[in-house]
Amino acid sequence: MLRTACVHLRSPLFSRTLIAITLSWLGIFVLTPHLLVMMTSVLTPDTTNFAVWPLTFEAYTRLWEPLYATVFLDSLYLSVTATLFCLLLGYPFAYLLSRLGPVWRNVLLFLMIVPFWTNSLIRTYALKLLMGNRGLFNDLLMGLGLIDSPIQMLYSGFAVTFGLVYILFPFMVLPLISSFDNLDKTLLEAARDLGASAAQRFWRIIVPLTMPGIIAGCLIVFLPAMGMFYVADLLGGARNLLLGNLIKNQFLVMRDWPFGSALSVTLILMMFLMLAVYARANRRIQRKGGLDDANFA
Amino acid sequence: MSVIQLSKVSKRFGGQEVLSALSLSVRQGEFFTILGPSGCGKTTVLRLIAGFEQPDEGHIKLEQTEISKTRAEFRPVNTVFQSYALFPHMNVFENVAFGLKMAKVPKAEIRGRVEEALAMVQLKDFSDRRPDQLSGGQKQRVAIARAVVNKPKVLLLDECLSALDYKLRRQMQIELKQLQRQLGITFIYVTHDQEEALSMSDRVLVMHKGSVQQIGTPREIYEAPSNLFVAQFIGEINVFEGLVEAELPDYSYRVRLAHGGVREVRSDFRFAQGEAVHILLRPEDLRIHYPRTGESPPGFQGKVIERNYTGKTLDSLIQLESGQQLRASEFFDENDPDFDYRINESVWVDWVHGWEHVIPQRPTEHA
Amino acid sequence: MRISRSLPPLYIGLIFTLLYLPITLLVINSFNISKYGYVWQGFTWKWYDKLWHNTALKDAFLHSLSIAFTAATLATLLGLLMALALYRYRFPFKRTASALLFILMLSPDIVLAITFLIVFMALGLQLGFWSLLISHITFCLPFVVITVYAQLKGLDRNLLEAAQDLGAGERSLVRLIILPVLRPALGASWLLSFTLSLDDVIISSFVTGPGYEILPIRVFSMVKVGVSPEVNVIATLLLAISLVSAMLIALLLHRKKDEKT
Repeated sequence: MLRTACVHLRSPLFSRTLIAITLSWLGIFVLTPHLLVMMTSVLTPDTTNFAVWPLTFEAYTRLWEPLYATVFLDSLYLSVTATLFCLLLGYPFAYLLSRLGPVWRNVLLFLMIVPFWTNSLIRTYALKLLMGNRGLFNDLLMGLGLIDSPIQMLYSGFAVTFGLVYILFPFMVLPLISSFDNLDKTLLEAARDLGASAAQRFWRIIVPLTMPGIIAGCLIVFLPAMGMFYVADLLGGARNLLLGNLIKNQFLVMRDWPFGSALSVTLILMMFLMLAVYARANRRIQRKGGLDDANFA
Repeated sequence: MSVIQLSKVSKRFGGQEVLSALSLSVRQGEFFTILGPSGCGKTTVLRLIAGFEQPDEGHIKLEQTEISKTRAEFRPVNTVFQSYALFPHMNVFENVAFGLKMAKVPKAEIRGRVEEALAMVQLKDFSDRRPDQLSGGQKQRVAIARAVVNKPKVLLLDECLSALDYKLRRQMQIELKQLQRQLGITFIYVTHDQEEALSMSDRVLVMHKGSVQQIGTPREIYEAPSNLFVAQFIGEINVFEGLVEAELPDYSYRVRLAHGGVREVRSDFRFAQGEAVHILLRPEDLRIHYPRTGESPPGFQGKVIERNYTGKTLDSLIQLESGQQLRASEFFDENDPDFDYRINESVWVDWVHGWEHVIPQRPTEHA
Repeated sequence: MRISRSLPPLYIGLIFTLLYLPITLLVINSFNISKYGYVWQGFTWKWYDKLWHNTALKDAFLHSLSIAFTAATLATLLGLLMALALYRYRFPFKRTASALLFILMLSPDIVLAITFLIVFMALGLQLGFWSLLISHITFCLPFVVITVYAQLKGLDRNLLEAAQDLGAGERSLVRLIILPVLRPALGASWLLSFTLSLDDVIISSFVTGPGYEILPIRVFSMVKVGVSPEVNVIATLLLAISLVSAMLIALLLHRKKDEKT
């Protein structure tokens, strides 16, 4: 009886502890760091103290200098190409998987995810072996008689793009599959009934209705792709740099933290821009998407 | 003239036969209903006509032209889907205009025709709404407008009222009927609701297990069901079993009932002597009498075991001495407002000669 | 008109070949006598032996495993508390908290890496074990919270009210009702965090210190120079680990589904 009486006392201490832990961890290790990055981006670089007063927007103006702008645009180009290839390969793949029976579908999804849980650095290294001058790809092509001598695949923009696609492909497929799952098949029948050809059904019904999946996929492929410096380091040449390489360089080599932070802030801004587009696409088809923060709310 | 004709159409899904050699013919401009319990294959018939499925055997003709190989997008028929299937990323106007756009109708004409169609379903001011901003009944109307705006030869409606509540469903039934009359388009309507089928249709096809049980006007279906399934599926019915003893003149027979007693009945069917028959009576065709002492009126003795007041009628369940239960439904007599039964009250049940419907017990071939 | 029937399986097969080819090659090569190339020259354990005697690499591997183990455990615990707080209580800045978790999940690793680096510098924390642990816990958190929260959401609220009605206080409610229900989600979260932590390269590169070298950093410097068969061995071991945890997760979440029906 006494025990029952004890637990009847509501323990605000318990709930308060939970709330305090939640807010303080997120505050200290997520909110503050992000604010600090933004602040650092408008400080003056300093070799010993990393960033000091006074405030300056020099880091942001430097982004527009031809030297950096070129590197920035080149890295953007690599990531965009990788994202598009992921989409082109992933869209039909997700479509086909979504049309399989539940058992096959889950088995194949599982098989797709397993390799992407192996360290991606090691998988990049594996590609390096495949794409080398005496690697499997070249041997295969020569064996088939398509080429006479090995072609230089490594240390090129192609190799970096290939690596990014290889590593990020599952991230594209997952949101696409859930988009295809949410696609009501009777809508396609309705479109047929109203005289839409296969191409018309694809462009007017399937694409708009899977747009949230397309954008979500692009979002979670493109953003990491910008940062994967080790892919460019291992597979790319001196000129095939990703934004991640620039940022890493500013922080760990050049010790220009404000400029590195400004680059990151740019990346964060791109993220929010894409999120806004995603939210809009979702609203357009009246659906809450898988990436919605209503997941926690 | 028939607008849609199915001849000996069969369809199997994974070895399971859904339709077996089904034939039907729908006349130009009629409201034709396919009625049956769920799983009877009625939706498959609709999907075959729409072109979403191909028949394994048989022919489908639209105005004498074979269409079973024509793809759905090229058939001049349109469907109103059970779930409405409105495109969620388009507003009402765009939804209704979709079919016209696909048919490359000039823009100016599209506007006029869409507005006309929307006016017809009383949704003139809803052009800019998105499907999720509409009520169930409004979605239903958009779905109808989206289909009829294309001026189809046949409009297919797949249980499209089933998601609505009772009152709205009644209202939409009336509107659909009016719309059909106004447009003069042939409607093929699929439903499992027999009341709906009877009240809306020019003709009804009753389906069971992939084959036609009966095709006829609502009155024929209700009053002269061709077999026991139709009789029991449409409304309530009392069934007596009997054996034909003798043929009498004027389409009459003398039948010995399984409960005892002999009755004279009329039937459009031809029976041989000794043939087993079902005598069918609707609850409203039964007559109930109080027995007076010493008298033994015709009919069967029984007692009231349940009575239900429904407003318009008094429905009672009567158990005969043989154990069989009968349902009777009587309209109130203005002269006798207190008319009612007590539970366990002893009564006699009978019917007016000629109101019975007699069918053979052997399975009948559909004519 | 209809797409040829053999095309879809062919396409799926091609994609899977491309996905698996590289790692399969690594695994095979980890047993191959030949140091260079993929041509099979005979079976050997010598690269495993070599890894065993490469103290620096072995230490880095063990460091990675212990970081992954500790981070997964603490992230699961912390994520559980957060999910409970977000599910059970109203509190100021709740929306901010969920938005922060969302940002955390979506931010590219490179951005998180520098935010961690900057905050550790600002706090004056020596880079090494603690900085690695804290950052690994933090980037695993949103995945734990999502998994646990999803299961909490599937929980019948009446169940909790019934428990309260029968006299359960907040703590016993959590201990007796919520935790047992959450067990599969917690298991899956732990395994997911463990693999995420082992997989990380980018964040670790920024917050690692000279005193506590972990695997990706070591491997990175090895593979940058050239071919090293020990990396094949590590790849094989890591693949085995992730295969096992992926299967366990699938099992845990599958059982969860069964219980629901």
